[in-house]
Amino acid sequence: MRLLLKGGRIIDPSQNMDARRDLLIEDGTILEIAETIPEKGGQKTAVIDLTDTILTPGLIDMHTHLREPGEEYKETVQTGSEAAVAGGFTSIACMANTVPVNDNRSVTEFIKKQAQTAGMARVYPVAAVSKDEKGTILTEFADLKDAGAVALSDDGNPVMDSSLMRNALEYAFSLGIPVISHCEDTNLSAGGQMNEGYTSTELGLQGIPNTAEHIMIARDIALAEFSHVSVHIAHVSTTESVRIIREAKKRGVRVTAETAPHYFIFTDESLREFSTNFKMYPPLRKQEDVEAIKEGLKDGTIDAIASDHAPHSSIEKDVEFEYAANGIIGLETSLSASLTLVEEDVLSLSQLIEKMSTNPAGILKIPGGTLRVGSKADITVIDPQKKWTVKADEFRSKSRNTPFEGRKFQGRAVLTIVGGSVKYSSLPFPARNI
Amino acid sequence: MKFERKDILGLKDFSRNEIDLILDTAESLKEVSTRKIKKVPTLRGKTVINLFYEPSTRTRTSFEIAAKRLSADAVNITASTSSVVKGETLIDTARNLESMNPDIIIMRHSAAGAPHILARLLKQQSIINAGDGAHEHPTQSLLDMMTIREKKGTIEGLKVAIVGDIAHSRVARSNIYGLSTMGATVALCGPAMMIPKEIDKMGVTVHNRMDEAIDDADIIMMLRIQLERQKNNSFPSVREYAKLYCLTPDRIKMAKKAVTVMHPGPINRGVEIDPEIADGPYSVILEQVTNGVALRMALLYLLAGGKQ
Amino acid sequence: MTKNKVVMDAEGIDRSLTRIAHEILEENKGMEDLVIIGIREEGVFLGQRIGKKIATVEKTDVPLGILDITLYRDDVLSKVKKPKLGKTDIPFCLDNKKVVLIDDVIFTGRTIRAAMDALMDFGRPMLIQLAVLIDRGHRELPIQPNFVGNSLPSSLWEKVSVNLVEIKGIDEVVIEYI
Repeated sequence: MRLLLKGGRIIDPSQNMDARRDLLIEDGTILEIAETIPEKGGQKTAVIDLTDTILTPGLIDMHTHLREPGEEYKETVQTGSEAAVAGGFTSIACMANTVPVNDNRSVTEFIKKQAQTAGMARVYPVAAVSKDEKGTILTEFADLKDAGAVALSDDGNPVMDSSLMRNALEYAFSLGIPVISHCEDTNLSAGGQMNEGYTSTELGLQGIPNTAEHIMIARDIALAEFSHVSVHIAHVSTTESVRIIREAKKRGVRVTAETAPHYFIFTDESLREFSTNFKMYPPLRKQEDVEAIKEGLKDGTIDAIASDHAPHSSIEKDVEFEYAANGIIGLETSLSASLTLVEEDVLSLSQLIEKMSTNPAGILKIPGGTLRVGSKADITVIDPQKKWTVKADEFRSKSRNTPFEGRKFQGRAVLTIVGGSVKYSSLPFPARNI
Repeated sequence: MKFERKDILGLKDFSRNEIDLILDTAESLKEVSTRKIKKVPTLRGKTVINLFYEPSTRTRTSFEIAAKRLSADAVNITASTSSVVKGETLIDTARNLESMNPDIIIMRHSAAGAPHILARLLKQQSIINAGDGAHEHPTQSLLDMMTIREKKGTIEGLKVAIVGDIAHSRVARSNIYGLSTMGATVALCGPAMMIPKEIDKMGVTVHNRMDEAIDDADIIMMLRIQLERQKNNSFPSVREYAKLYCLTPDRIKMAKKAVTVMHPGPINRGVEIDPEIADGPYSVILEQVTNGVALRMALLYLLAGGKQ
Repeated sequence: MTKNKVVMDAEGIDRSLTRIAHEILEENKGMEDLVIIGIREEGVFLGQRIGKKIATVEKTDVPLGILDITLYRDDVLSKVKKPKLGKTDIPFCLDNKKVVLIDDVIFTGRTIRAAMDALMDFGRPMLIQLAVLIDRGHRELPIQPNFVGNSLPSSLWEKVSVNLVEIKGIDEVVIEYI
């Protein structure tokens, strides 16, 4: 079975490619990329005309929550992976704070099985660093890696015990599996509802000082530096965090970092209406931090953009602000929101693809992030002109907790191909068969 | 002028004209509580619901009396707010009440923003915020301003010192907004860990030493301190707090001779205020309570009838 | 087109008030237990003047009260613009008193109905009498004044205003064609 994608602009940072090319897929692999590939017969070939669109290596969201097992009413691996392809993602990594926690191989295998059944985006489980994410006893890293976990993280919680974190980083490094750190000093953040600043003062909401974040980032970097191992920092949101990571990288520390679109689009001012669709951890910060995040993306301090897709239902969100759960969904808006960085000249398209495909693949050591001939045909097609308005009710995700309701975007994924199969298409015309 | 609002959720965006109208109306209504028959028929047939998620005797009673003096039917609901024991959600409670067709709902809740949920949801009812977490307590501030106006003739140009746990105080916030709008200058005073971040951006001065804050003050507003409720055990002890921040006969000499002392109540004698001061000639604490009824009558009067 | 017509001047008003004062004294056989309550706004000043005239004759002051009837109006909540609420000040008990209510104009009678309801909350008067400067007709309730300065039949397209020196700087009764 062949699929011929004609006339698109291919942007692949891994090959330094940005050109109009045809791309031929055979049996799920990229067979050929050339200026023109003839539509001749022989084999059954489907042809899709992709003029005026952009083809990129399949986008990878390395930080999502799929809520299965245990909270299937919010999302399942099925609905989450459908939301992923609708958002242009061919691979996603899902965090371990499920119910029960993914701290043993059975849960990891279960998630992989669900993903296979769903047959949409590739789903890579991230397993917990500590049993039940309690932060006291390490999980069986080797066994989890063997079961298919691609990284370890207690995300949702920090690992407060520095000694445990040290051991985790050293052990994981020796096994070649990355640790993703959720940085939060829970003593400083306890009781906090939003960023501590002028807005929290006005609203009378308990604030989370930004020190809660960068104190733990500094700690994790110190641990990684001391033991000559690596660490990946999740959802970076502040000026100070960016600065600390930047300086560490300069010193040669093996630290990588990710941020989420809401940290370069919204500020804590969005909370004035007490809308719970703007409540998450880390909380939205100040304008100055938004600028610092953009600067961090621009100069490479921040390696990846990951949505931190965190579905919650009305039960968790349509309540008093203090009682509302933290988290917003993002798979179906992440790309469009991140394209604003290109609009604003913060990143070039190629650099954006690095953040959303090339680098996540590298950090997680998973296949993808490239359109080199011979690699799996995981491809995202973006229509940069496509204007659309976000309507949460139209999402593939089970949940609706998005801050982008009603927002007008330009640029959207219109075709998502995983392993050579079209998993999502909003193209007005079908493929031609020749 | 016309009173345009459907709800009274906070003083942050109230104009001077609006505050003047409310205080003028309250002044005129004060007389009703001095009659032998303390009732006027104005809100006859209107239903006023007190929806209190936090315990309160004085505010609830004040609202209840205010409603009844206007001939409205007042109903009290004490709801439990434990997030551990999941009872009915706020939204379900609101919809249930809505189905019984009340006219005005007065709400007190420990979560900031809770009354705003009701105000958005219920299109036919007026919502009055009787205190939402540490956010706002507009009726307290309005009655405070009514009392200040009575005592000093005007609010403009006065120096008001507010002393206590500012960070957790909705009374402080509403008063900062209201008093600033009316042209007073506000000086805040409290221990460092009880002063919220960047509050100086509200145009107030911040002090940790009490003698600085009350220097030359026209009004001293003492806030109730509840050390047992401090979430992070921030302040070491009541003894130390009283030593630094209690309003004593000695300390009060730093203020203007004609200083007026206020407190939203209930007072902690000997902690934030010396009994001699609380019961003495400077104190208008009980007048605040009297004015509270008139003020709340004024708000019910202005809100009733809804928007045409 | 609005046309204003002055139907009573300062002198005319003063003569009417003098006559009303004497009629009140005649009807009540003197000042005993007499109190005057003026209805805000104009009624208050008319009440003060009548009170002064009575005092001149009887050589004693009449107790004077101020009544704001806004809270008793039957249309207070339905009006688009809520009327300004003024202070009521009746510093004496009305039990067994002869209350003379004073207002500038009686029209539909609803203001007086509201005023009587208010007075009942201040005690149990022996009797209530009503003195008005102008009776312009068009009653909607069965209420009549005891003492009238001037009867002024008017049409519903007219507005009858009593301007007083204390409020408007001039004493006159004006009909406005609206």
